[in-house]
Amino acid sequence: METIEDSGRTARPLLSIRGLQKHFPLKGGLLGRTLAVVRAVDGVEFDVRDGETLGIVGESGCGKSTTARLLMRLMEPDAGTMLFEGRAVEESAGGLTLREYRRQVQMVFQDSYASLNPRLTIEETIAFAPRVHGLSASEAIERARELLAAVGLAPENFARRYPHELSGGQRQRINIARALALRPKLVILDEPVSALDKSVEAQVLNLLLDLKAEFGLTYVFISHDLNVVQYISDRVLVMYLGEVVEMGPVGAIYDRPGHPYTRALLDSRPSMDPAKRRTTPPLTGDPPNPVNPPSGCRFRTRCPYADAVCAERKPIMADLGDGHVVACHMASAGSGHPLAGRLYEAPLAEMVA
Amino acid sequence: MSAVLKPDPAPLVRLRDLKVTFATRDRTVHAVNGVDLDLAAGEVLCILGESGSGKSVTLRALMKLLPKFARVSGGIEVAGKDVNAMSERQLANFRGTDVAMVFQEPMTALDPVFTIGRQIAETVQRHEGASRSVANARALELLELVQIPSAKRRLDAYPHELSGGLRQRAMIAVALACRPKLLLADEPTTALDATVQIQVLLLLRELQERLDMGVIFVTHDLGVAGEIADRVAVMYAGRVVEEGPVAGLMAGPLHPYAQGLLGATVHAGLRGQRLTTIPGAPPTLEMAPTDCAFSPRCPHVREDCLQRVPPLTSPVPGRQARCVLVGDGA
Repeated sequence: METIEDSGRTARPLLSIRGLQKHFPLKGGLLGRTLAVVRAVDGVEFDVRDGETLGIVGESGCGKSTTARLLMRLMEPDAGTMLFEGRAVEESAGGLTLREYRRQVQMVFQDSYASLNPRLTIEETIAFAPRVHGLSASEAIERARELLAAVGLAPENFARRYPHELSGGQRQRINIARALALRPKLVILDEPVSALDKSVEAQVLNLLLDLKAEFGLTYVFISHDLNVVQYISDRVLVMYLGEVVEMGPVGAIYDRPGHPYTRALLDSRPSMDPAKRRTTPPLTGDPPNPVNPPSGCRFRTRCPYADAVCAERKPIMADLGDGHVVACHMASAGSGHPLAGRLYEAPLAEMVA
Repeated sequence: MSAVLKPDPAPLVRLRDLKVTFATRDRTVHAVNGVDLDLAAGEVLCILGESGSGKSVTLRALMKLLPKFARVSGGIEVAGKDVNAMSERQLANFRGTDVAMVFQEPMTALDPVFTIGRQIAETVQRHEGASRSVANARALELLELVQIPSAKRRLDAYPHELSGGLRQRAMIAVALACRPKLLLADEPTTALDATVQIQVLLLLRELQERLDMGVIFVTHDLGVAGEIADRVAVMYAGRVVEEGPVAGLMAGPLHPYAQGLLGATVHAGLRGQRLTTIPGAPPTLEMAPTDCAFSPRCPHVREDCLQRVPPLTSPVPGRQARCVLVGDGA
């Protein structure tokens, strides 16, 4: 289906996700009946290749953080399969147990303070997981000190301190060090720099790139900040209301976005140049509620090119070549959309719905 | 100390040597250490800074919204009135009619137990003594002004029933209820999604032009400043370190901190390059800085940086920076 670049590594994806689904029932009333269902993640499929950084972007309610938690198995998916290095993540014969899986996959959260235990010193925090996984106390402490040095915090100054004695940027470095303590292959970063000031954000991004090279890591990088995702990602996945609408190499997504939503999202970035101020917003209204998503294409209620077919049928993933796929009726010839097969003829300038 | 920033005889806002310290039993924080700012009527000024730079405290001082234990000194004049000298009663009138504020989180600024329509109408009744029916009509007008779709129906909505973008618009409508001359905005778009943020920015810009308001907009986001500001003031450690028209500042910042901030901001075209960073962290401000507060992090630091707080100099008319490296061309 897609060409896989020869990176000198194995061609099999590190992590392969198929048909991932998570719905949250909204209960209410006297009997606690299910009144509605939030379709937070609805049939998401993608691969994470060994050694790459996969960026996931989307607005609030698009399901990107739920996806992160499902990847980490912090919650059980309703449906879908997850293969890590070709092995199913499940308690069955030949399967990868959660304990084994989590040795390989670790996570960094947005809130650097809430994700640290305030009663543990920094080195105890980092040494905790290696201890649980069988290292001796002295080995675990030694590894913690190595990692502190690797994230740029001198162990002699920081090892014995507590989270409240550190700044936000330093705490996020601790979280990163802790995530690396089990020598994982894959690190899921859920908005890791969103709460940081700009000057600190740049430091942490540089650090993430250094660590990736040093430890041979693979990243899933989730963010609402399109500039940061462009900077750090090799491939980008765009989500809208629980579904993947577009995915591809970072250059293709940012230079030739296919899906009208991706175009609007990229077009919403402030220009940084006062001479190029916009006068009309690319989209009107807020993202709809994922409780009752629109039928067919979920973006059709805000899409300037929406046609009858968009309400009737869900678009299939169309291949634009080079691993760039987009779920839009305009991208697949014969879909019945007036602009079917002529995606890029839909003018960018008329993005006002 | 207080250089006259603009020749305009009666600016809408005139801050002179504003100082704010927060003294608690445990520690004292010198949040603002001598800020001079002017804002002309109808002008949009962005105060740009990172957390702890004193930008929000400066904004709150303009409306006297700081907690009781804050010690405030310096001249604060808004629309020709001395804010420091106002009684509680005068302040209650001043807030809403002369100056209004919008916040980052509308859910905490709006009252959850009253409908949007009631909250706007109440403001109009309270300040203008209008009758209930006149006030209700104004509420509808205001919701239409901030472009809330189906405005009539939304009058009866409670804040929790609105989406984030609509809530932010409703808060703007409340702030504009009595046609303030000055609108203060404290990161009003930071919590919003990208496609909604640009809508609210464009709305604020449009309203500002239509109602000819002065706006002071606090943000940490350079892109937001680029989209909305006429002038930008960059704050660091409780002082304005650079100030000038937005285009010049974004194209070529004078102060090393502003240069660092611009360099550290991730934007398109940086892929594959190492990001420039500002080493270290801002000072804790337990003491008011007596030298250049940025000197411990500055790549160009030299001896005279440590001897006193650098004065504001103006190498080109309309632009100023507080750095010994920036010459005085004026």
